[in-house]
Amino acid sequence: MSNIKLTIDGKTLEVVKGTTILAAAQMADIKIPTLCFLKDRSAIGSCRVCVVEVEGMEYPLPACKTVARDGMVVTTSSERLTTYRRIALDLIVSNLSEEAWKVDEASSAADTNNNQLQTLCQEYGIETASFKTAAPPKPKYDSNPFLSFDPNLCIRCQRCVGACNSAARNHTLRTGKKGTRTTISAPFGKNWKSTECESCGNCAQACPTGAIKAKVKLNYQPGEVQTTRTTCPFCGVGCQIDLKTKDGKLVDVEGANGPANKGLLCVKGRYGSYNFVDSNDRIRTPLIKNKQTGEFEVASWDEALTLVTSRLSDIKKQHGGDSIAAFACSRSTNEDVYLFQKMARTVFETNNVDNCARV
Amino acid sequence: MVKLSIAPKSHADAQLTEYLETYARRIQATPPGMCPLALQLTLLQASAAQTCGKCVPCRDGLPQLAALFEKVVACQADESTLTQIKELARMVKGSSDCAIGYEAARSLLESMNTFAGEYSSHINNKVCTQDIEQTVPCETLCPAHVDIPSYIALVGEGDYAGAVNMVRKDNPFPTACAYVCEHPCESKCRRTLIDAPLNIRGIKRYAVDEAPVDTVPIPKRNPDTGRKIAVIGGGPSGLTCAYFLAQMGHAVTVFEAHKQIGGMLRYGIPAYRFPRERLDEDIQAILAVGGIEVKCEVTVDARQMKEIAETYDAVFVSIGAHVGKPLNIPGSDSKGVYSAVELLSTIGDGNYPDFTGKRVVVVGGGNVAMDCARTAVRSGAKSVGIVYRRRKEDMTALAAEVESAIAEGIDMILLAAPVSIETDEQGNCKALHMQPQLIGPVKGGRPTPVDANKDQVRIPADIVLMAVGQDIVTQPFEEYGMQAHRGAFVADEYLKAQGLENVFVGGDCQTRPATAIKAIAAGKVAARNIDEYLGYRHKLTCDVVSPEPHANDRTPMGRVDLIERPAHIRKNDFEDVELGMSLEEVKQECARCLRCDHYGCGEQEGGRVQYV
Repeated sequence: MSNIKLTIDGKTLEVVKGTTILAAAQMADIKIPTLCFLKDRSAIGSCRVCVVEVEGMEYPLPACKTVARDGMVVTTSSERLTTYRRIALDLIVSNLSEEAWKVDEASSAADTNNNQLQTLCQEYGIETASFKTAAPPKPKYDSNPFLSFDPNLCIRCQRCVGACNSAARNHTLRTGKKGTRTTISAPFGKNWKSTECESCGNCAQACPTGAIKAKVKLNYQPGEVQTTRTTCPFCGVGCQIDLKTKDGKLVDVEGANGPANKGLLCVKGRYGSYNFVDSNDRIRTPLIKNKQTGEFEVASWDEALTLVTSRLSDIKKQHGGDSIAAFACSRSTNEDVYLFQKMARTVFETNNVDNCARV
Repeated sequence: MVKLSIAPKSHADAQLTEYLETYARRIQATPPGMCPLALQLTLLQASAAQTCGKCVPCRDGLPQLAALFEKVVACQADESTLTQIKELARMVKGSSDCAIGYEAARSLLESMNTFAGEYSSHINNKVCTQDIEQTVPCETLCPAHVDIPSYIALVGEGDYAGAVNMVRKDNPFPTACAYVCEHPCESKCRRTLIDAPLNIRGIKRYAVDEAPVDTVPIPKRNPDTGRKIAVIGGGPSGLTCAYFLAQMGHAVTVFEAHKQIGGMLRYGIPAYRFPRERLDEDIQAILAVGGIEVKCEVTVDARQMKEIAETYDAVFVSIGAHVGKPLNIPGSDSKGVYSAVELLSTIGDGNYPDFTGKRVVVVGGGNVAMDCARTAVRSGAKSVGIVYRRRKEDMTALAAEVESAIAEGIDMILLAAPVSIETDEQGNCKALHMQPQLIGPVKGGRPTPVDANKDQVRIPADIVLMAVGQDIVTQPFEEYGMQAHRGAFVADEYLKAQGLENVFVGGDCQTRPATAIKAIAAGKVAARNIDEYLGYRHKLTCDVVSPEPHANDRTPMGRVDLIERPAHIRKNDFEDVELGMSLEEVKQECARCLRCDHYGCGEQEGGRVQYV
């Protein structure tokens, strides 16, 4: 693919043909404010916060969806752009409950993403909504056990729609395209069970205002948790996750940008992958069945492994490797399952290998 | 596999098409005198309703603009509201993603210039400007403010003579207007809300065909006032002025340069559109008022003008625009190249050209070009083409005229700009060379043609007729002391010539080439204002009573259009091309009239535009 040259704020850049102005600017560490833009998921240019001046154009263009052309001369800040961005933010916040955009220490905006509108409003000095209309508050959608949607906080930027449709490809969360009354049709209402929604929560992770909220986030404040990057143990896909711990307990998971998941998670990974850690049903030591009583009894790892090794060796000696089958648990990482089958083929000398990784 | 559907994407779209036609008709019938800001508000609201809901400037900006603008319309806004609107509109215009948003804001910003006076009145005086007041559409939009609902009702009742006199109250050329009026009265006819505008001109034509105006007695003239008024130019404007002045009792002398009076109605419009004998009916009726002396073949020069202005109590200058504009291209002085108005003027006195076997090319896209081309067809030309540098829809000629010309076998050579005229050794015209054009950017409301990257085109031509506009002979009058600006006389809205005491001026020579009805309106205005200038306030009687209205028949009904004689027949003669309505048709058409003089605004104080 050929390269093109463009100038942004006086810096000349060479980028691959097809690169957007925003992407080009980001490569050069030039900051263009964005709000509705969600990388690789949604670049519909709805918020108009990322508008930039392009030499020779009478009007500014949205950087997120405008492909850079050879010789383009872009300016990312001007009095006009600041005015337009301010008015865009002003129009946006005029429709919202103040908790969505007013910076308030006690606000429940827990997700780091949720501060985006607030951050922009602070940056552009939006303190009051000039176009405030007295609209009655709209009801929340709160029946889904994992997710809720508060239309009063929604800026209709459609990042959630991008997350659901082009990322998770669930195609359940849509825009109710009804002109000025456009809203997000979030399937979290009373009939949530009958929808196709898998409650994966990618929409909540995409939301810049906290209108769509993962309920788990109500349990902690952003400052109280530590983050640990790891691999989701729930299946073999290998999604990268950021585990959140509060006082030594796991409280939440966020999708990290790993090669397999690119920031996405499924409902199990997001809400189930860590919950079993502290489950009362969890078996914390090996158990060996007492043949007399028929009950499982606590054993050490050495005892347990010795028993398993001797029994399998005996079976192989008497009946041959083909008499053994190796069946792995799907709640294992891909790497564990790989090693397991390797052991089956080389040690047990059997090709009877399978697992239940069909989640 | 996903199933496909043949149903419209939105089921409402199917019904919407029909609905939108109704909507469009409502916009078309926007009543005259409506507050432009109230209209602008509806446009904003309509634009907001069209948003898909994606982008902030359009989805959130337009409703906010509408809300703010509502205050302006309600006269509750101040300068700060206007500043806020301007700032928001600029942002919506500058950062909307699609035309639904940015065009709405552009139009709002534009309205701030176009209707600056109205904005200022709403903001500062907290009211609409004084002339914002709805009046009967047809009557208002007729430049002569003819009482149209009344004469339609008279025709509907079969009182054709009454209808003629009802028209004559404001316009002494009922026949001319029945044949060639561009009928601005129809443009916002309220009937459009139900089906289509009335065919007002067609109805008038029925009246004058049934009751030729020279047979309809004219209301009695006022007693002599002893005042003398000169009218320079015996066209529709001059004769209208003469008619009303004579009615008032003044003595009028009409000075006419041509052999006969009638102006462009005789020397510009060919007989197949307006038969000469029918023009004579109007003229006979006008002269029958008495007190009008006509002096033909008198070309008034500066010295005479001075003399006239000193001898007469007042002068009305209405000399028209009779000189064809030249097109200065190489060869334009060769034999066989004529000005269109020259040709039409010659025909006016009955001297028809013989183009037998000739290839004729007419340059221009106005009504004069159509008249010339159709005249050439009737004069035996082997082929006739109209060369125009824009597109067909850009032609200034009436669409119906263009269609009729095409039907008569005239070639429309479009997007072609004349470059030169090729001649033989004797200096005779041989061909016209043209540069193909490309329609370009819109400037001043019209797309401008630019040279296309194509080779020049040659079209053989024995005769080239230039119909590229008309000039006004202002020079002798300027010498006398009248003011002219860019080739047209300068007057105020009351038609008083700038800088002169007793000289009035109007018609084509003041407006530049326009329509008969505008010239007639100018003549009427001049007559009234001369009367007033002389210290009178004459009232003229009409002697006809407007019939009582019937209740509106709201059943949608087609508009009766006038048809023309078959093209292959009509193109062989100079007889009238158009066929009038039948009795059945005229009755149906008159019954569609909603009588806006009685229903709606017409009934209330200030709802009419009438001179008493």
